[in-house]
Amino acid sequence: MLPEFFFGYFACAILGLAMLTVTRKNLVHSVLWMLLLFLHIACLYLFLNAEFLAVIQIIVYAGAILVLFLFLVMLLNLREEHEARRFVKAWQGRLAVCILLLTVIVISVYKATVQPTGGYSIAFINEAGHTKVLGTVLFNQYVLPFLMTALVLFVPMVAAIVLAMKERKR
Amino acid sequence: MIPLSWYLMLGAGLFVIGMFTFLVRRNIIMMLISLELMLNAVNIMLIATSHYMQDMRGQILAFFVMAGAAAGVAIGLALLIAAFRNRESANMDEYNLLKG
Repeated sequence: MLPEFFFGYFACAILGLAMLTVTRKNLVHSVLWMLLLFLHIACLYLFLNAEFLAVIQIIVYAGAILVLFLFLVMLLNLREEHEARRFVKAWQGRLAVCILLLTVIVISVYKATVQPTGGYSIAFINEAGHTKVLGTVLFNQYVLPFLMTALVLFVPMVAAIVLAMKERKR
Repeated sequence: MIPLSWYLMLGAGLFVIGMFTFLVRRNIIMMLISLELMLNAVNIMLIATSHYMQDMRGQILAFFVMAGAAAGVAIGLALLIAAFRNRESANMDEYNLLKG
């Protein structure tokens, strides 16, 4: 009973906060609602025995990405956006497409079950520690993708600096 | 024990909210925010499936998705700064230079 209650709370909170995030007129309010949303998602990860990913979720999303968004909202003077039209005119068709997609996904996952492979059971992860298990898998089987992640993070950094730099007078 | 399909339906709901926002809001910052929502929905589904399969691969994939999301938002915001310098607006309808 208790797990269902907690899951219900988190599910309602996540969906409600997502709705709040995307409908606000003021972008700062929207970003702050998104902070609360990310914290709830991190709690949901804790619920799934993924402590390391919960902490990473808070550090990366709440720590880095949200600060980037807030910084940008502050940097660009968006005061006149408040009065501008927020939504496109022809939203009915797009809403229909979205509802269709939701229906398709819900029907296809309605009775979804998976066979546990048993390689990393909950008891095993709890005994060894989630971070250690994840690190072992990451550095044994996924070293090359992990190293490429460094490149994936380095190239946008250079690109962001070059794009945001002021063009020099020739 | 909560069934796996509940988590998948939660992820689907969050994904559709993000997608609808991406389609109807005209503010570029809002569109980037909705991209983040969609990536988070996928992460919830991946981690839930990984937990129920007792397999670590889904969580590794979620880890890489987070790195990709950080890279994507950095480059998106840099592009927005560069575009804002020319148009003085974050409204998507203003960017119609390539429209015939």
